[in-house]
Amino acid sequence: MRGNRRSLRHLSQNSTNSDVGPPTHQRVRSAGSPSCIIQTLWAKKPIKKMTAQEVRLCGLLLQEHFGEVVERIGTHLLRGGAQNLRTIANETNTPLDLVKKSLCVLVQHGVCDFGSGRRGPGSPVEYRGNCERVLRILRYPRYIYTAKTLYGDTGELIVEEVLQRGHMTMSNTVKTVADRLTHNMEEGRSMEYSEVVSSFSKLVETHFLQRCPPVAETATAAPSATPATHRTPASVTPPTAESNPDCYKLPPVTLTGRGKRRRSSDDGEEPGGVKKAKMDSESCGDEGIYWQVNFERFHQHFRDQAIISAVASKLDQTSSEIVRTMLRMSEVTTTPTAAYTQPLSANEIFRSLPPNYSISRPILDQYLSLLVDDPMEFVGKSGDSGGGMYVVNLHRALANLARATLESVVQERFGSRSARIFRLLLRKRHLEQKQVEDFAMIPAKEAKDMLYTLLSENLVQLQEIPKTPDHAPSRTFYLYTVNQLPTARLLLQHCYKTVANLIERRLFETKENKRLLEKSQRIEAILASLQASGAEPEQLTEVEEMITAPERQQLEALRHHINKLDSTENQVDETIFLLESYIISTKSK
Amino acid sequence: MAGRGRGRGRGCMSFSIEAVGIGKGENLPPSILQPTPLFPPMEHKPVPLVIGEEAEYMLALKQEFRGAMKTLPFYVHPAVPKKDVERYSDKYQNSEPSDNTIEWNPDWKRLPKELRIRTRKPLKENTCLSVETPVGNKPSRKTRVDKEEIISKLEVGITLEKREEEVTSDEEEGEKKSPEEEEKDGEEEYDEEEYEEETDYIMSYFDNGEEFGGDSDDNMDEAIY
Repeated sequence: MRGNRRSLRHLSQNSTNSDVGPPTHQRVRSAGSPSCIIQTLWAKKPIKKMTAQEVRLCGLLLQEHFGEVVERIGTHLLRGGAQNLRTIANETNTPLDLVKKSLCVLVQHGVCDFGSGRRGPGSPVEYRGNCERVLRILRYPRYIYTAKTLYGDTGELIVEEVLQRGHMTMSNTVKTVADRLTHNMEEGRSMEYSEVVSSFSKLVETHFLQRCPPVAETATAAPSATPATHRTPASVTPPTAESNPDCYKLPPVTLTGRGKRRRSSDDGEEPGGVKKAKMDSESCGDEGIYWQVNFERFHQHFRDQAIISAVASKLDQTSSEIVRTMLRMSEVTTTPTAAYTQPLSANEIFRSLPPNYSISRPILDQYLSLLVDDPMEFVGKSGDSGGGMYVVNLHRALANLARATLESVVQERFGSRSARIFRLLLRKRHLEQKQVEDFAMIPAKEAKDMLYTLLSENLVQLQEIPKTPDHAPSRTFYLYTVNQLPTARLLLQHCYKTVANLIERRLFETKENKRLLEKSQRIEAILASLQASGAEPEQLTEVEEMITAPERQQLEALRHHINKLDSTENQVDETIFLLESYIISTKSK
Repeated sequence: MAGRGRGRGRGCMSFSIEAVGIGKGENLPPSILQPTPLFPPMEHKPVPLVIGEEAEYMLALKQEFRGAMKTLPFYVHPAVPKKDVERYSDKYQNSEPSDNTIEWNPDWKRLPKELRIRTRKPLKENTCLSVETPVGNKPSRKTRVDKEEIISKLEVGITLEKREEEVTSDEEEGEKKSPEEEEKDGEEEYDEEEYEEETDYIMSYFDNGEEFGGDSDDNMDEAIY
C-alpha cells in the first residue's frame, strides 16, 4: 500500500535536476595511503566536541526514528563520551535489557562504536556515540532521491532498505527489494533477482555502497585470562571502511529467483512457496558481509551538483557542461578532501565532452578562458601543455558558495543595505566606522544602526588596535571585521537550532491534534476494509460523514502545516550541507 | 561609581564613544529593561519555500521513511508501566513485550558478548497453534494432553471414550492432534444433540438430585407428603 500512495514514483529518470549523470565505471582504488599503526588505545581517541544544539537535534532525530528509550541512551552517550554498559544503565535509570537492546540498535545503524576500555583489554567494553552519523538522518531523503535519479526505482529501493536497516547483506537486500518491487507491479508480473543484483553491483562499482568495516576482534571476544596473541597489546583505532581492501568487492554469490508477492491469503498458495522456504533456510553464501551506504560518496556527488548548478546560473549551460565533464573525469583521481582536481588538458576535455554537446575546439578554449577569468574562480589554469592544463578549484568553489549563503542570509534577515555593508566587510577585511559609511554610500546614522544590529547578532566583530600601550580608548582604532570561517560555524549552529525547533513544533502540532488524527486514521481503516469487501457507495459516504466538515478543515490545515515543516527541514538541510562541506574543506587544507 | 567625574553628560563609559561613532549629544535608542519578546515582529518576511516535483517527492520520502521506521523492530518501546490491577482489556491491548528479548536478529559476531539477548520471533497475529516454534511444542502438547484428560473425565458417551483412546495413543504427531481435537469437539456437540433427540424425554426433566427440596416453592397450596 505504501507504494501506491507514492504517486510520484514514476518520475522520469532524466529529471531536469540530474546534473551529474551516472558516474563512469571506477577503477578499484588502491589500498590508499600507508596507514601508520597508531599505538593509542581506542578510548583515548579525541572526541569531537559537540555543541548543545547538535545534541538536542540528535536527540530529536533519535526519538523520531528509534523511540524514546534509544533517544535517552543515545543522548547520554553523545554528552558523556565513552562509557561502559553498567555506567549507562545506572546513569540513565534504564533497565539493563532495554539498554542492551538500544545499544544493539545504535550499533546496527552505525551511530555507536565500541572498543576495549580505557584500562586496557581487560576492562569492560566502552561505547561511544557518533553525533555526525545521527545528523545524517536528516539527509536520508536526499540520498534516496539521488539514487533514484541515477539508478531508477531499483536503486532507490536498495538505498532505502539499507538506510532503514543500518547495514544488510546483499542477498537480504536483493530479496527484500525484489519483493517490494513485485508488490507494486501489476498482477502476474514479478521482479527478477538478477535485475536487482545488477543495480546493486552498479551502486557498489560507483562506490555509493561499501562493505562495513570488519569488527576489531579484541572487542567482541570476551576478555579472557589467556595470554594475548602476537598482536600488539594496544588495540588499533577501529578500522574505517576504506582501510579494507575488499571494500568495494561484490561477494561471489549468484542469486536466482523472483520477487514474491505478499498476498493477504495464506502463504501456501504461493507458486514459489516451497522455494521460498528453501531460500530462507539455506545460507546464500555471503554471511558476514554487510553493506552500508557510503555517505562521503553521496556528499561528493552533491558537492559536484552544487558547483555545476552555480556555474550554470552564473555563466551558462555550456560552461556548466564543461565543468561537469571535468568533474566526471576527475572522479577517480581526486580524493574527497582535495582542494582541487588533478590537472586536465584541454585536449582531454574536448575528447570527453558528451556527444550531444558538439562545440568546436576554439569555442571550447574560449569557454575555458572565460571560466578561468571569472571572479568566482571555479576553474584555474595550471599550465600550458596539451592546449592548456585546467583544474577545478574545489575548495574555492565551496568557499564561494558558503560566502554566497552567508550574504544571502544577511540580506534576507536585515535588508539589502545591511547586506551591502556585510559584503563590503568581507572583501575589505577591516574598516573603520567612517570608512564603512563612505564605501557603502549609506548615511552615517543608518550605517551605524545597521552595524550595531549586525554586531549584536555576532555576524560582525569589533577589533581593537591600540596606538599606545595603555589601550586608552581615545587613542585606539576600532575596526569592524568579518571572518568567514567563524561566521559559517555560527550560522551552522543556527541551522541546527532551526531544524530542532522545526521538529519540536511538528511534534507539538501532532500532539495537539492527536485525537483528531487517530479518529481519521480509524475511519480510513474502516473505509479501506469496507472497500475491500465491496460495499455500496451509501455505506461509504455514511462512514465518511463521520468526520464533520470543520474537523475536515482542521485536518487539512494540520496536514498542510506538517508538510510545510517537513519541507523546511529538507531545505535547511541543504544549507547545512554547504556549510559543513566548506568547514570540513577548510579544516583539511 | 567608577566612572563618575570622567566623562561629562551622558553615560560614563571607559572608552570614548566618539570613536565608535556615537556623536555628541545624539539620541540613542532607549535601553532595554526586560527580555526581548518571545516572538518579535519581523520586518523582513522569510523567503517562500522551494516548491516543485523534487521537493514534493523528497517530502513524501521523508514522511514514509519516518512511518516505516516506526514499524521496524528497531523502534524500541519503553517498558510498560506496571498497572495496579490487572484489567480485562489488557488481554486485548497489543502492547509490545518489554521483556529481555530482541525482536530482530543481529549478527552477534559483530557485537560485544555482553549485549547478547535472547531473540524472539516477532509475534504473528492469529497464532493459535504454531507448529514451527520448537520451543512451543512441548508445552502445547502437554496442554493438549491435559485438556484431553479433563474432557475424558467429563464425558458420558461410548463413542467419545473410543476416540479418546485413539488420541492418547497418538502421541508422536503433534499436528494431527489439533484437527482431531477440533473434530472431537465438534463430534461431542453433535453427539449431545443426537443424544438429546433420540430419547423421548426432554433433558430438562432429568433430575440428578441436586435440587432436592428446592423446587417445591411454587406449590405452596398443596400439602407436602
